[in-house]
Parts: sequence; structure tokens; C-alpha cells
Amino acid sequence: MSSRNIFYFIVTLCMLIGISMTMYRHVQFEVPWFPGEKRQIWSIEAKVEFDAKGESVEAVLALPLTQRGYTRIHESTASLAYGLSFVNDQDNPRAIWTKRTADGHQEMYYKVDFLVDPKAADIYQPQMPDTPFTEYPEPYFTAANHLAKQAEEVSADAYSFTRELIKALTDDAASKSQNTGLILDYKPKNRLIVDLLNNADVPARIVRGLQLEDGRRRQGITEYIQVFKDENDWQIFDLSNGIQGRPDNTLLWEYNGNSLLEVVGGKDSQVTFSMLLVEQSAQSAVAPKISEADFLNFSIDSLPLEEQALFKGILLIPIGVLIVVLLRVLVGLKTSGTFMPVLIAMAFMQTSLMTGLIGFIIVVGTGLVIRGYLSHLNLLLVSRISAVIITVIGIISIFSVMSFKVGLTEGLKITFFPMIILSWTIERMSVLWEEEGPKEVVMQGGGSLLVAVLAFLAMNNDYVRHLTFNFMGVQFIVLGIILILGNYTGYRLLELRRFQPLANRED
Amino acid sequence: MLNQFTSPFKLARKGIMGMNQRNTGYISRYNPRKLYPLVDNKLKTKIIAQRDDVTIPALIGVVRTQHDIQSIIPLLHKHPGFVIKPAKGSGGKGILVITKQESGVFFKPSGAPTHEEDVKRHCSNILAGLFSLGGSPDVAVIEALIEFDSCFDGFSFEGVPDVRVIVFQGYPVMAMMRLSTAASDGKANLHQGAVGVGIDIGSGRALHAVQFDRPIEKHPDTDRPLKELIVPHWQRLLELASSCYEMSGMGYLGTDMVLDKSNGPMLLELNARPGLAIQIANGEGILPRLKLVEKMVAEGIERTPLERVEFSKTEFSR
Repeated sequence: MSSRNIFYFIVTLCMLIGISMTMYRHVQFEVPWFPGEKRQIWSIEAKVEFDAKGESVEAVLALPLTQRGYTRIHESTASLAYGLSFVNDQDNPRAIWTKRTADGHQEMYYKVDFLVDPKAADIYQPQMPDTPFTEYPEPYFTAANHLAKQAEEVSADAYSFTRELIKALTDDAASKSQNTGLILDYKPKNRLIVDLLNNADVPARIVRGLQLEDGRRRQGITEYIQVFKDENDWQIFDLSNGIQGRPDNTLLWEYNGNSLLEVVGGKDSQVTFSMLLVEQSAQSAVAPKISEADFLNFSIDSLPLEEQALFKGILLIPIGVLIVVLLRVLVGLKTSGTFMPVLIAMAFMQTSLMTGLIGFIIVVGTGLVIRGYLSHLNLLLVSRISAVIITVIGIISIFSVMSFKVGLTEGLKITFFPMIILSWTIERMSVLWEEEGPKEVVMQGGGSLLVAVLAFLAMNNDYVRHLTFNFMGVQFIVLGIILILGNYTGYRLLELRRFQPLANRED
Repeated sequence: MLNQFTSPFKLARKGIMGMNQRNTGYISRYNPRKLYPLVDNKLKTKIIAQRDDVTIPALIGVVRTQHDIQSIIPLLHKHPGFVIKPAKGSGGKGILVITKQESGVFFKPSGAPTHEEDVKRHCSNILAGLFSLGGSPDVAVIEALIEFDSCFDGFSFEGVPDVRVIVFQGYPVMAMMRLSTAASDGKANLHQGAVGVGIDIGSGRALHAVQFDRPIEKHPDTDRPLKELIVPHWQRLLELASSCYEMSGMGYLGTDMVLDKSNGPMLLELNARPGLAIQIANGEGILPRLKLVEKMVAEGIERTPLERVEFSKTEFSR
């Protein structure tokens, strides 16, 4: 009895592993359940321009990273004859273009794609800045202190203090007051707020964000105030209205208080942005995100493309096997050989269904006729099967050439059929014919083809392909189902018909 | 369309065993895997049968290599009738029956002539494993043709009728006769069209008959009413079947036996995976009988083959 318990334990384990792996992939990496789901991607291009002075040039552009709401999935650059290096420092990621000598107007482009991703989190932790005390000359200093004091009185913490400060410097009424007018003349609003916050021992600095708007070109960057409560707790404030929190559709481009663009050996430098919202299939959108993930993300996405394509086929085999198990254990269909239908179905995957079916029937039919003659030659089995293989190759060649001449390139796909499978099928069918007659050949051959077609339809289903390729957990679930089916002792569907006279007999 | 099917509950109520249940509940549970070669290999079965003095058809020869085929032909000419079968064949595949020969030409039961070359090719096919499970290389076993008892005249067409008894834990639980027909080409395989006649374990009398899983009353070729069928030497047959349990060690076994004119009941072969059609032939599910035996074995009751036969005769008589 305990062996049964172990069995149920294994089945439960398979199912649990399968389901949790699948859920993990879906939740963590947002691999969609359905193929063809669309995702929004912001494609942003930064254009760096400056006039070179004819000496060595170094241009450094701050780069954005994956952050709340946006996952960076792809980046590329374009520049004429510049050396390029990326510094992937989390505190200060940047692109550095270098050139020995340059003259005249220079342009370089940095293009980055961000996936709109509600689950994305900041992958960086900004360093809390120091709070240097800044003194202004009088009368500005008194005015500023007065302003700060007023704001402090109506606030409770660093964030509300910031809000009040921005409000005081933005408010229509306030802007008319002499006090604010005076200091705003002395210092721009953004610097002023940072200074006042720092003077009150609140770490704060200016960061830069990009307002995302579809189809915008040559857009500049927007400044925000970043205020720290402590090491891990910081907020972004909109300078124009004092609203706390990151505004919607805003990508933080530079958030460490570093410069956005530094150019050595050039002047009149500026960076402008163009952006485009594109819809992409969720599949390809999340692919880069997955390939960058850690080992926990057990997936074949990390393999080279060629191997991936191979695995795509291999991972479908369990589905075909499942169909065969279902049809044999639950329905009771007879097939010639247990997994022959799966192999035929795999061949159909290469040839497409109709071509495959017609080709299979033509080749096996012709093969049967030729094999009938071979049996008269009184050959040993091994050489006879070998002869059948060569004959099959001959049939396939003739079939391909003829269909090509007629203009049916579809016919060429017949070459995808595995020769050995075809030959062995012909041999078995032929023996079956001799021993039990053509009826049995049609029954078993038809049964195999029916199962093969059903297995093909399952394996070729977009949804199934999507699930098996993207969710390794599905393999465990299929394994679990097959184990459960192996434990099924009930009646097969066709047995309900077979035993029908027996069941209805009156005793 | 739908009324061609029955409900699974009805089948379960009648105690009818399905294929899945047979495979997991009985075959894999009661038949130790390591004993399969004894049963699947007819040559090995013959050897253990001879050891245990179980009556079997005489062995004419064994073809083990391609070279043996040449030397076997003169031997075959000495026997008017013989059977060539693959040692590891299943489901009656690859069995060549020769009933007579005239001036070097062999004749099948149907009267179709077969030449020496065909016989040789058949042997080499067997050696190459064409008929064996999984295509493994095989040997051809040649045994004497059974002179079947005339008591079955009119019940069988062009072939040897055989008696199959399912032996569970040494108890004969269900029996049937398999009668060949024109449709089955002289073979006694039900799926090829042979008639199955359920036989009463208590008396050896016919109970009920089927062909292609559907009830019939008369033999399709001879029109003889199948109800009249009585198997002679019934007690001896049951004892022979029952003793196969000790001989093979298999808990769930199909024993195929024939009645030879001079030697009486003989064991033809054993089957570790007997089919389910015997239930249809008997018009009864086999599960209640198996359950009864399982219950006794669980209670630790041990019996000799003779006692088991007596028990089965009283319990499973209809």
C-alpha cells in the first residue's frame, strides 16, 4: 500500500512543481498564457548633438535602467566613427563615445526600448545625497529662510515640507508676493528648492525624467525633485505643481544627481529625445527580459537560437505522447506500434498535414506493392528491409521530382519523412497483409494515421506550442497526467461497445 | 449510434474486466516479470513442461541458425504434418501449419500448396525476429501436428480447436473453446474471426458462443449448433491447466490446450496476457470469480492442484 502512497506523492509532486514553475514564469517574467498577446513598448531615441572643436572628444550620456513601471529590454547606438563603451554601473549607468579628433557638428544616437511593465521594480538604489548648507547673500537669505520657515510650520515631515515649499513658490498668490519674487530672481526655482531642503537637513536633489508621449520628436528632459526620507525611502516631486510621486508616463532618465550629458572637446551640446509607442507581441517583448534573468528562471530562452528551434520540436513530443496514451488507455484505439503515430505526427509537422497524409499514403501504398514483389524473391528479413529502405528513397525521389516538374513545390516536403519509419511501416503492413488480410492493414494503418493526425493537431496547435515552449512546468504537468492515466483501471471507450452484448444479456 | 455503447457502471455491476484493469490489476500484479521468458518463449515452456511431466505435442526440431534451415527440410519430409512456430511469437503470429505433403509439396489446412522455399523463408523470417515481440532474433520450433480428436467434427473448420482456461492463482476460473472458421483461416484467434464458446467449468459443456464479439448460435461454416458442444476429458483438462500454475509460477495465466486423438489433453502454450473475449464467450464477467480466489488466497488457504480443480468445479459451475 505504501508504494501507492509513494506513487500519489510523486504525481502530486510533479503537478505541484509543474504548476508552480508555470505560475512563476507567468507572474515573475510575465510570459503570457496565450500566444499573440500584445505589449506596449516605448521606443526612445536620444540624440546627442554638439560642435566639436577639432580636438579629442569624449561625450558621456547618462542612461536609464529598468525602473518601476518600465523594463529596459533592448538598447542600441549609432554614431559615425566613434568608439563606444557602456558603463553598466548601477549608480551611474552611462554610454561613453570617444574619438581622437573631431571637427564640426557631431550627432550620435542612443536608442532604447522600454516595456510597459506594471510589475517592474527599480533595480537601482539611489545614493542618498549629502545636505550641504548653502548661504545666500542678503536680502535673499532672509527671504529664503522666511519662506522655508512658513512652509515648515504647515508641514509634518520631509515630504509635506517639500510639497509646501513647491506650492509656496508656485502659487499664483505667492508668486506675486515680494518675498518669493525676490529670491526667484536670484536663483531658479529648482535650485532654490534643493538648497532650502538641504538647509533644513532634508537630502534632496534634481533628477531628470522624460515625459513619454507617443510620436513626440525633439523633446527635452523634465526636471523633478528627488527627496529622501531615509536611505530606502525616497519620492519624486513635480516641480510645476508639487504633486508627490512619479507622474504617469514618465521615465526617470537620470536619478543619481549626476549630469545628463557631459561633452569634453565640444560646445553647444544638447540632448533631445524622440519617442514612439509600439505594440509588439508579448512573446518577443518579454524575451530579452527573460534571457537576462537568473538561473532560477529555468528556461531554454538562454540557449542559442538554433538549439531553441530544436527544443521547440522536442518539447512537443510529450504532447503527442499524451495524445497516444489518451487514445490507447481511454479510447482503446489500436495502433501499429506504440509511438509510431507520434513519429508520423512529427513528420507531419515538417510537411504540413495534407501533403504529409497524401505523401504517406502514396509512399506506403507504392512500397507495399514493391514489398509484395520482394517477398517472392525469398530474401532474408534484414536485406529485405534494407531493400525496402532504398526503394522508399527511390519513391520519394521520383515523387519529389514529379511534383516539382508539375509545379507543386509542396511535394518536395515529402523528403522530411523519416525513411526508416516509412520502411518499417511498409514491412509491418506487408506482413500484416499476408497474415491477416487487407482489412487488418486498413484498420491498423487507419488507426495509426488517425492517432497521428490527432497528435499532429495537438502538437501543431499555436496555444500548445506556446505553452510547451515557454513553460517548462507544462512538461511536469503532462508527466503527472500520464502517470495518473497509467493508474486508470476503468473501461476504455471502445470496450463499452465491445462488451455491450454482454452487459445487456439478461440472466 | 449511442445505443451501441453501454454504460461503464453496468459493466462494473456485471463484474466485467476491462483491458486497463487486466493490465495493472492482474497481469502486472500477479505475473512476475522475470518469469515472462518462460511463457513467452515456447521452447522454454516446452522444456519446463517436459520437466514437470505436463503432456505437450512432440518436438520435431528447433531451427536456431540460418544454417539449420537446410538440414531441417529432410527431417520435415519424414513427418506428414507439422507446425512451425516462432518461439517468441505472440497472438498466433508466424505459425505455419502443414497438414499433409505430397511429392515434396506441403499443404496448409486450407489445402493451399506451399513450397519448400516458402517453408525455408518462413523459418528465416522467424530467425530474424519478424514475428517476435520487439523484433528480437528468435528460433523456430517445429512440433508434431496434433491429430485432433474427432469429437469436435463439425464444430471446427480447417483447424485445431483449442481449449483456453484462465488459471488464477492455480484455480481454473473461466474456460472457452476456440473454434476456427473460414474467416479465421484455420487459426483459433478470436480477433481473426474464430468462434469462442464459453465452457462451463463444472461440466465442460458449452454455455454461450460468440464470433467477432457478437453472440451466435451455430458454427458459421458447418451450421452445427454450438450448444451441443461438450468437451471430453474435462477433468483431466482442468487438472492439466491447474498444474501450469506450479509449473510456470504465473498467477494470472491463459493455458491453451488441445485434445489429441491418442494422447488426450495436451498443453499447447501458455499466455501471460490472456485476452478478455473469454468473458463475452461465457456471457459473464470474470471479476467476481477472481475476487473470490483473491479472498481465499488472502485468507491463507492453500490447496493442491486437485483440490483447486474441485473447488472451481463447485464454485464456478453454471
